[in-house]
Amino acid sequence: MTRFLLPLAIFSVLVVFLGVGLTLNPRQVPSPLVDKPAPVFQLHHLHDPDKTLMSQDNLGKVWLLNVWASWCVACRDEHPLLVQLAKAKIVPIYGLNYKDQRDTAIQWLKQYGDPYTVSIVDSDGKVGIDYGVYGVPETYVIDKQGIIRYKHIGPVTVKSLEDKILPLIKELQG
Amino acid sequence: MYKFEVAANSFILQNRIDHYSKFIKRLIAVLFVALVPLISFANEAVPVAEDPVLEKRLINLSENLRCLVCQNESLAGSRADFANDLRREMREQMKANKSDEEIIDFLVARYGDFVLYNPPFKTTTLLLWFGPLILFLGATIGLFIYLRRRRTQLEDIPLSESQRLEAEALINKTNKE
Repeated sequence: MTRFLLPLAIFSVLVVFLGVGLTLNPRQVPSPLVDKPAPVFQLHHLHDPDKTLMSQDNLGKVWLLNVWASWCVACRDEHPLLVQLAKAKIVPIYGLNYKDQRDTAIQWLKQYGDPYTVSIVDSDGKVGIDYGVYGVPETYVIDKQGIIRYKHIGPVTVKSLEDKILPLIKELQG
Repeated sequence: MYKFEVAANSFILQNRIDHYSKFIKRLIAVLFVALVPLISFANEAVPVAEDPVLEKRLINLSENLRCLVCQNESLAGSRADFANDLRREMREQMKANKSDEEIIDFLVARYGDFVLYNPPFKTTTLLLWFGPLILFLGATIGLFIYLRRRRTQLEDIPLSESQRLEAEALINKTNKE
């Protein structure tokens, strides 16, 4: 009997490890920026290029930074959800228009709706690098002290909103 | 007379045209063959960098960094837009006299240890570094235990008197048949 127990134990451990490995998503690279201060930026508005927004301007409120682009197909998936979220006025959403053309970006917002309090322009992707953006869309939850509390990679879904993002915002706004 | 001349002339002319067209055909063929190597080399990379030393340093450094968009490619080898941006960033930092360590720290601060193909040595990566060694040691110890146990099992166990008699009876019985 015991001669079967050891291989069985080893096999079970292997199964557990492989099972955990299968459920992990290699595309979800944990960001080292979570729980660190959001990188500072000063960027021009999309609609009004004369105005600029600084990251410090948002100190004192909980806000979302949503990285988007008109060339990004997955952004279309999450966009209706963002428009809904903006209408509910739970949290201000700031759009980081990443490596895009100004006129196509404005046109895109006209077509799909504009959930953003302000969209700012990162035309060469430098601020994107500071934020560790490697795929669009990405969404950051930033708290009142200007600290990144959560990073969502890929399109925001109803599940991710309900399970993680909304409860976190509620807690942070507290 | 005149007719003959015209015919002769046209014959000569036709002959010349044939000759020339053959020559031109050959010329085209020769030119084509001569152009083949040019065509096949037309795609080879042309060094565009103004500073080959810096570019070499960039390649050496980015070969050990992972492209996060196409994760099985290095930053040096990837043609993704993202890799391009990061290479540009690294190039700029090199021009600003940043050291290799500073550039790597810059990238790790933004993208985490995952950008490194060589994972750093720290408490969270102990299992990663020593896991294979532990598995190997465990397997070796297991093998030794198994071999030793098997040796004792294979040792001759003498037959008891009754077993010996029984065996002899069996042998005698088969011999008789």
